[in-house]
Amino acid sequence: MQTSIHLMYMAASVLFIIGIKRLSAVRTARSANAISALGMLLAMLAAMLDIAQHGEIGWIWVGIGVVVGSAIGAYLALTVRMEGMPELVGFFNGMGGLASSLVAVSMSVFAWLAWGEVLSAQTLAHVTTVEVASLAPAAAGTASVGAPRLTPDNAVTIILSILVGGVTLTGSLVAWAKLKGVMRGGQIFLPGHQALNLLLLIIVLCAGAVALFVVPIGSITLLYQLLAVAVLASFILGVTFAIPVGGADMPVVISLLNSFSGIAAAMTGFVLYNNLLIISGSLVGAAGMILTVIMCRGMNRSLTNVLFARFSLTGTGEKEEYVNVKSGEPVDAAIAMANANSVIIVPGYGLAAAQAQHAVRELQGMLEERGVTVRYAIHEVAGRMPGHMNVLLAEANVPYEKLFKREDIEADFKNSDVALVIGANDVVNPAALSDEQCPLYGMPILPAHEAQQAFVIKRSLAAGFAGMKNTLFESDKTLMVFGSAKEVVNNIAEELKEL
Amino acid sequence: MLSPLLVALYVFLLAIFIGRELLTKVPHTLHTPLMSGANAISGITIVGALTCASFGSRVAAVIGMLAVTAAMINVVGGYLVTDRMLKKFRRQE
Repeated sequence: MQTSIHLMYMAASVLFIIGIKRLSAVRTARSANAISALGMLLAMLAAMLDIAQHGEIGWIWVGIGVVVGSAIGAYLALTVRMEGMPELVGFFNGMGGLASSLVAVSMSVFAWLAWGEVLSAQTLAHVTTVEVASLAPAAAGTASVGAPRLTPDNAVTIILSILVGGVTLTGSLVAWAKLKGVMRGGQIFLPGHQALNLLLLIIVLCAGAVALFVVPIGSITLLYQLLAVAVLASFILGVTFAIPVGGADMPVVISLLNSFSGIAAAMTGFVLYNNLLIISGSLVGAAGMILTVIMCRGMNRSLTNVLFARFSLTGTGEKEEYVNVKSGEPVDAAIAMANANSVIIVPGYGLAAAQAQHAVRELQGMLEERGVTVRYAIHEVAGRMPGHMNVLLAEANVPYEKLFKREDIEADFKNSDVALVIGANDVVNPAALSDEQCPLYGMPILPAHEAQQAFVIKRSLAAGFAGMKNTLFESDKTLMVFGSAKEVVNNIAEELKEL
Repeated sequence: MLSPLLVALYVFLLAIFIGRELLTKVPHTLHTPLMSGANAISGITIVGALTCASFGSRVAAVIGMLAVTAAMINVVGGYLVTDRMLKKFRRQE
């Protein structure tokens, strides 16, 4: 029986590997997701067969958890609007972290309680959680489930599970709150921020280590307290880890937390010595890390810079006033685009915030009817998560062949008649190319300023996340069209009808 | 004979390399579905959670039940939302 269960786990691992591989091509992606879901189902069946062999089981607890969790997950997934996708992905991430943390806690608690029943009070006053494993090999009836015999290896991974799981949970919740607008989106720094992070890390590791390696099982209250301290400190660490990351850096932190949720699952695998968890956790960890690296490259910044650096506002600072900005009306944009051969649309977070994707799709259709070539230039860090603009435009039925990544389209701006920037700011700021004082300096941008004419749809001249002015807005070739992306695009479309 | 920890470390490292190799060429279009699809896979913690929920001890089982709930939100939500997204991606007619 045990062999069949492991074969099922093995099959699930293979399904995950195939699933994640096929997720990297549009043609196969949807079936890939189904394959991976099948792997998950198989893994759950195997886990249930496994626990069914171990005497009295709290099936009622299992049942409640499965039903309630599935219902909540399905409800959220099926009702979310596409614009709310980044925060939902962040939230699901957090749930994965929470599960890892809770499994580690549950393991420890069960070990203490179970041994408390088996051994005499005198023995309990002397042995620690990890010592008991070598003490009474025969006494542990549920050993094959993974508890309560915690070896020193298990104990270390339990502590790491609590750490990574807790940070993933609250870090993701902070990301969720920032994306949702519940919390201020900017960078938040506390006095001595890095020292505080380090201190919290040490607290988690020490409290966990003392609980499992030093305190005897007999002192159950102390054990509970230490465990609570470790969990709490990991939660606070997740918060302090995520609050310094500002709005436009969210793609990085979301990918990184995605990676953490995988590492947390792998850690749980180490606790249980279950290879399936280790394999799938590592796959997710690698996927998240790859995205993190792509996002950092898109900003030409290192990961540590994104996570820890304060944007210095020296040089071309936030307070610098705009001079010589020309603003226009939707009709100006309509005329220019109607007469253009080639239009490149540069979408940014403002498009998502205003839910303008359908309006943009309509505008694209009208221009194409007039024989204008319309393409979209997508910067890798546009929006609030990796691929944010792609998902949004896909929802509005924009064929994905019309979406070009930066490297493939940046050279075409100078041959284009119109660049239409919708709700993007930092990713089209030419100062990133030339101004060494600029915090964005070195970031690859979409050269909208090279087009014959640029129209920028923006609500106001407020600075972008980097807090500095955008020299594109001052260019002679640029006309600002102020207003919400959706309204302005609709107005342009209206004007276009009358031309 | 290798200790279980060493075997687990081998598996861990090899799987990380596989993951990296599998995903070197993900088109930008698929970044979000990849992230949320991978995220659903990280719900594999459900296996550990189920084990905990089945523990004989009441306290540990209740904590395990919460873990099962959280993991199922991640799993079911993650797969459904990824499917919803992927359904939208289409080629030019």
